[in-house]
Amino acid sequence: MRKPVIEFDRFTFQYRAQSEPTLHEISLTLYEGEKVLIVGPSGSGKSTLAHCINGLAPHFYPGEYSGSLKIMGKDASDSGIAELSDLVGTVLQDPDGQFVGLTVAEDIAFKLENDGMGHAEMLRRVREAAEEVDFADFLNASPQELSGGQKQKTTLAGGLVGGAPILLFDEPLASLDPQAGRATIELIDRLHRESGRTILIVEHRLEEVLHCPVDRIIVIDEGRIAADLPPDELLCSGLLREKGIREPLHLSAMRYAGCLLSPAIKPRSVETVDLHSATGQLARWHEANTAVSEPAHREPLLEIEHLTFGYDPKSPVLEEVSLTVGRGEILCIAGRNGAGKSTISRLICGFHKPLSGSIRLDGRDLSDDTIRERADRIGFVMQNPNHMLSKPMLYDEVALGLVNRGVPEAEVRERVNETLRVCGLYPFRSWPLSALSYGQKKRATIASILVLRPEILILDEPTAGQDFRHYNEMMKFLTELNNQGMTLILITHDMHLMLEYGQRAVILSEGRKIAEDVPARILGNAALMEEAHLHETSLHVLARRVGIYPEAEFVARFIRSDRGLLN
Amino acid sequence: MAAKLLAYFDTGSPIHRLNGVTKLSVFLLFSVTGMVIYDTRCLLAMLVLSLSVFAWSKVPFKQYSFVLYLILIFSALNQLAIFLFAPEQGVQIYGTRHELLPIAGRYTLTAEQLFYQLNVLLKFAVVVPPALLFLLATEPSEFASSLNRVGVPYKVAYAISLTMRYIPDVQQEFMNISTAAQARGIDLSRKEKLGRRLKNMGAILLPLVLATLERIEKVSAALELRGFGRNRRRTWYRSRPLTRRDIVVLICAVLISAVAFTITFWDGSRFYNPFL
Repeated sequence: MRKPVIEFDRFTFQYRAQSEPTLHEISLTLYEGEKVLIVGPSGSGKSTLAHCINGLAPHFYPGEYSGSLKIMGKDASDSGIAELSDLVGTVLQDPDGQFVGLTVAEDIAFKLENDGMGHAEMLRRVREAAEEVDFADFLNASPQELSGGQKQKTTLAGGLVGGAPILLFDEPLASLDPQAGRATIELIDRLHRESGRTILIVEHRLEEVLHCPVDRIIVIDEGRIAADLPPDELLCSGLLREKGIREPLHLSAMRYAGCLLSPAIKPRSVETVDLHSATGQLARWHEANTAVSEPAHREPLLEIEHLTFGYDPKSPVLEEVSLTVGRGEILCIAGRNGAGKSTISRLICGFHKPLSGSIRLDGRDLSDDTIRERADRIGFVMQNPNHMLSKPMLYDEVALGLVNRGVPEAEVRERVNETLRVCGLYPFRSWPLSALSYGQKKRATIASILVLRPEILILDEPTAGQDFRHYNEMMKFLTELNNQGMTLILITHDMHLMLEYGQRAVILSEGRKIAEDVPARILGNAALMEEAHLHETSLHVLARRVGIYPEAEFVARFIRSDRGLLN
Repeated sequence: MAAKLLAYFDTGSPIHRLNGVTKLSVFLLFSVTGMVIYDTRCLLAMLVLSLSVFAWSKVPFKQYSFVLYLILIFSALNQLAIFLFAPEQGVQIYGTRHELLPIAGRYTLTAEQLFYQLNVLLKFAVVVPPALLFLLATEPSEFASSLNRVGVPYKVAYAISLTMRYIPDVQQEFMNISTAAQARGIDLSRKEKLGRRLKNMGAILLPLVLATLERIEKVSAALELRGFGRNRRRTWYRSRPLTRRDIVVLICAVLISAVAFTITFWDGSRFYNPFL
């Protein structure tokens, strides 16, 4: 008989600030030693479910509930967050925000300090936890010296150190690059196998989590459990697409080719799926689709030559980078954190002055133009919309740039309204910004830049933190802008985004350009992937396993059909 | 660069190796002593001692230059204010009147006033070096535990240490927000008129405050999830026991304060009077 560790029984939860319950009548039991993935679109209630397990709801985010929730046989309502933390170790999504210590060791020790543990035992337990995640060499490092993946390791050790039998991961991949994300999933898997802890992962990036096996996947939709199945069965059911969750790409490809999908072929991972009967079909599908033509040569709009920049000339952040952006193109700039991708956008906008090299727009050197003069032609949209919104009302926010430039009022009104229409925000023009959703706010920041009528739009991680539906909406909107002639530069480490929407991609690593090509070809180059902290997509692996060559051609044909179906 | 301001940097001096608790206690002792006594001889002796210890610590000038300038400006203002509001304070205290230079109306420069203000200046000067040493020569992680050991509640102590942890992040965020705002014509540079600049500052403040609130919410959830605040007391990973060296320094500091108090109050007054 397996021992239940988390038991929801007709559990309903409603936040105090909301008029409707976020979770409805949840009945769910998780057993000791299980590894369970919880997926669901934004707003489905999957985060709330996690918050109920670790006590953040209702103790930190107040609310009312009915029904019962037992953790390790104890009624959760009898315990505060601190008591629950002895049973459930939580790792949150943003490793930066939860890194509370001034060094790795202190951060790991934090739970033990609060429990009042003696000094000698604390040192021993911290070392053990650090060794468990392979991080003992970094005990004295400060957060500023660590990469995103290393911070994640630290917070993971901080979750382990208290000895909690349940580990809860709340969107652990959200701020990691693909390679660090994959390493985290492998680390979680190793912890699970070696320690027998119960593991709960809440994440909407299904394909990445399924890189390692899980026992069950629970799909949450509109506050209810929509499915509770082993991964192979769920993947074959078609339910994921229905609920707006992206299925693994290799699976979509097999569907398009008309392959028969059944749990028997174990479709969870592209490495292990049984392709026996699918090979012929995939090859035929590939032949039936015509070749994808190379992107047309475009007239250059933005030309960057031998650009070098650094606070200390001896160790430049960016070194001799040259690239050209064609008029009307979508170019992706990718690379791991610190590779120089934000630096290059800041140089283009004139926020920094380069040490050497030149930036030309339409053949004219920009070096004497101020930030503001450049902004008339090159727009920059930050990742977090809350960092850009400075007015209470939507209309004023979009009008701000024009008002500051002394544009007459009648023209301001006309241009703002026109831009709001383009961005689908016109019905909200008299709304306060605080009433808009995250995606709408993001659009509002784009509108506030578009209104200045730039020729190029630079977007920093335009889809970060958004679920598949919002990702599609945002990219559909950007594609429409592009069809109207707008040149787009997307700064991203999202491989799907690059693959699906980038017409070309530039990869930076340690301040140098290491590749410039069609994304499908770049993502098939193993050596490049390693250096840029990306990894091969499941489509490339599928093509190779089936024997289609070149793999990039198969990927390109898949993307074309996929886009055709979406639009 | 601003980020390096007041940052900890280990010069390997014996001062750096002292326990944070020791440095904090010496700073507190010197502050109390310096604030209470007006005995010029004692103050001078303590100043010489403070300065030599400070020089011994080899803290590089650029790390505290900005703070030092602030302190200098502040004490200059303070000196001016004392003279403006209480030009006869020295005469009152020392009971004699040696006029040096009549200025205007009730303002006359006297030797007593000059001497009194010199004493005030000395008091500042005595306290500043140990304060800077506690700030600059204590490992940031030892900060909170030291404060807690001398009686500051651990929640307050931790709040201070968390602030230090997040200062570089908030600075970075401010840079990002303000440059992006500049692109939309929200100019903070001197090219803009002062009134407009203040208004523009407001436009940047809103997103910065929102971003900071967002950060605070995240951090406090993370703190609670790891049991922060569950007990009245907590232990510290970075707490070290006091060594012999620390005890010696503490005893010396107590003795110095005691001697200073004794000499000062020997004749029943806080003031040393050279005019009698």
